[in-house]
Amino acid sequence: MLLGDEAIAQAGIDAGMSGIYAYPGTPSTEIMEYVQASKEAKETNIRALWSANEKTAMESALGMSYAGKRAMVCMKHVGLNVAADGFVNSAITGANGGLIVVAADDPSMHSSQNEQDSRFFGKFSFIPILEPSNQQEAYDMVHYGFELSEKFHIPVLLRITTRLAHSRTGVDLKTKLPQNEIKLPDNLRQFVLLPNIARKQYRELLDKQPNLEKESANSGFNSLSEGPVKSLGIIACGLANNYLMENFQDEEIPYSVLKLTQYPVPVDMISQLYDASDAILILEDGYPIIEELLRGILNSGKVIHGRLDGTVPRDGELNPNIVGKALGKQFRIGSEAPAFIKGRPPKLCDGCSHTDAFVALNEALEPYGKGRVFSDIGCYTLSALEPLEAINSCVDMGASITMAIGAADAGLVPAIAAIGDSTFTHSGITGLLDAVNNNAPITVLILDNSTTGMTGGQTSSAFGKVEDICRGVGVSEEHIKVLKPLRKFHEENVKTIKKELEYQGVSVIIPRRECIQTLGRRMRQKAKVKAAQL
Amino acid sequence: MKKDIILAGVGGQGILSIAACIGMAALSEDRHIKQAEVHGMSQRGGAVQSHLRLSSKPIASDLIPEGKADLIIAVEPMESLRYLPMLQDNGWIITSINPFVNIRDYPPIETILQEIWKQPQHITIDADQIAKECGSVKAANMVILGASSPFLDLKVENLEKAIRSIFGSKGEDVVKLNLAAYHAGLAYAHKNG
Ligand SMILES: Cc1ncc(C[n+]2csc(CCOP(=O)(O)OP(=O)(O)O)c2C)c(N)n1
Repeated sequence: MLLGDEAIAQAGIDAGMSGIYAYPGTPSTEIMEYVQASKEAKETNIRALWSANEKTAMESALGMSYAGKRAMVCMKHVGLNVAADGFVNSAITGANGGLIVVAADDPSMHSSQNEQDSRFFGKFSFIPILEPSNQQEAYDMVHYGFELSEKFHIPVLLRITTRLAHSRTGVDLKTKLPQNEIKLPDNLRQFVLLPNIARKQYRELLDKQPNLEKESANSGFNSLSEGPVKSLGIIACGLANNYLMENFQDEEIPYSVLKLTQYPVPVDMISQLYDASDAILILEDGYPIIEELLRGILNSGKVIHGRLDGTVPRDGELNPNIVGKALGKQFRIGSEAPAFIKGRPPKLCDGCSHTDAFVALNEALEPYGKGRVFSDIGCYTLSALEPLEAINSCVDMGASITMAIGAADAGLVPAIAAIGDSTFTHSGITGLLDAVNNNAPITVLILDNSTTGMTGGQTSSAFGKVEDICRGVGVSEEHIKVLKPLRKFHEENVKTIKKELEYQGVSVIIPRRECIQTLGRRMRQKAKVKAAQL
Repeated sequence: MKKDIILAGVGGQGILSIAACIGMAALSEDRHIKQAEVHGMSQRGGAVQSHLRLSSKPIASDLIPEGKADLIIAVEPMESLRYLPMLQDNGWIITSINPFVNIRDYPPIETILQEIWKQPQHITIDADQIAKECGSVKAANMVILGASSPFLDLKVENLEKAIRSIFGSKGEDVVKLNLAAYHAGLAYAHKNG
């Protein structure tokens, strides 16, 4: 029984992957965690450490590919924005050893700030995409993906969504392959994207496309099944195939169906389906990408149903009922949930260090009024909600410091940034450098719980380095203050924050106390080791 | 044979251990299994659910269709009602009566229990008390598993084996506690089901 994420990890181990690179992010985190916990991976020396962010992970994986070995890089969908420069250009350099980029999308935003569809990035970059419809296919596609990558010297995007990532089922494994030996690219200028080389490489990338399309038609992952009823033809992308099948448990599907799980789209298969059907229904667990393409701007062809005409909701993830409704099926739903049931949003844990830090910040800010705390992404973002209501922004990783700079430039002084330790080394350092170079009158709280808390407590790249980094970037020593966020130090902490708020330059305050979850885990581990020794 | 089960609770209450035990027992009876879990943000004290599907035939969707669940197994009473639209007409609710109050506007527990008792098929159980009697309130989730087990179409011995294997790394005392809690829940279901 493997989670979709774990199936991908195990496939990497089995397919001769030499290294995996990642920054945590739901729903992709378990891929790296599985490899880190795998004895097999350790025995075969598969490199498996967290990177500072998705861009550094992407580039390190590309470096391993350059050296001829198979590499995987994993991230959540918004991580691909961070890694985009490397990702888009890696299509032009091409790969040497097999390179798979796993992007885990989160339609319905279970744990994310948007529901962007990574297939857009694949298409934008001319990179082939594999979109598994179930966990077994995810496993198989990693094996195939490495082959495809090496055959066409191109990175491959494996696009998954939350449901596939976090659902567990039985998966059949293939025989293990050995890792590649080091082998440099035949052409030592392949990775040098000077304009005159890049132009040539880009032409080659374009020339690969028809062959990649042929692969999509012939690899076996895409398939067209014909049905007797011609009134509707269905294109089901990735996971949507399962929801479609769920609606036909006791009967054959009467319509023709194109199972679409590999891109670029196989045009012949699409046109075969189109010609054979009076209308088309498109099911995509993400943006209506194929739907828009098939409609075209004028939508003057056959009737196309999907997210754009309201047959399927415009946003959010699919499920069996949504797909059933789109097919005109009737069902009996259970009784309504009673109205007195209250929402139960996530919240900071009891005893969380962030709570004490924000209680102190709130009090220190009382003379200035609300609305000047720019924050970031992590557990501490939950302080936006009751009862703390302490922060006013959460946009993308690192945006707290830089938004505070802009607001201070506009005259909002003091402006405050609140950022977690892992987010700080992910994308905050360059912003702090900007602040120092501008002598911006901002106060930066680096909330150091010594872990990447929100995603489950992975090692933080910032561990033991925060003050040194701040000093190195140029924050003056007397404005780097470390606090212990505990109730008993409240008065003292408020005083320190107040003083730094008055300073007309960059100050950094570091409330530091270990995450209560990782602390608990560490203590339990310790007790276990002790018990074993007795 | 098909069982579609919604597991419900609050992040940190141990619904994934229940799912793991059922999953392992089902595996030893050669069932097909799919289990959609909730990871990430909601685990921080939010409402969490897991869809667990067991069948003698291959399973298509990771998610149970609305109105098709055979069982709602909940470790928290308000959470047991949140997923009513998922439950089929003659489905069962098996839930703890012990509220987990981490929100300000938590409804009166009497209102919640009365609503559960209005449902056609239900077992409500003081899992905390029973777990305490077995040795620790921490095993409340295994009391709930026990109370659900007559409805799972799985052999008791296979569920026992699963509990042994899943808690085995934590020592014999923990295994014994969880087995006792499981059996106390099972006995309660036989008396009150
Ligand atoms: C680009 C990007 N990558 C990853 C994530 C997922 N993510 C959200 S919060 C977080 C952890 C933040 O850790 P830290 O800043 O130390 O704060 P903590 O949660 O420990 O309070 C991660 C990895 C994201 N939202 N965006």
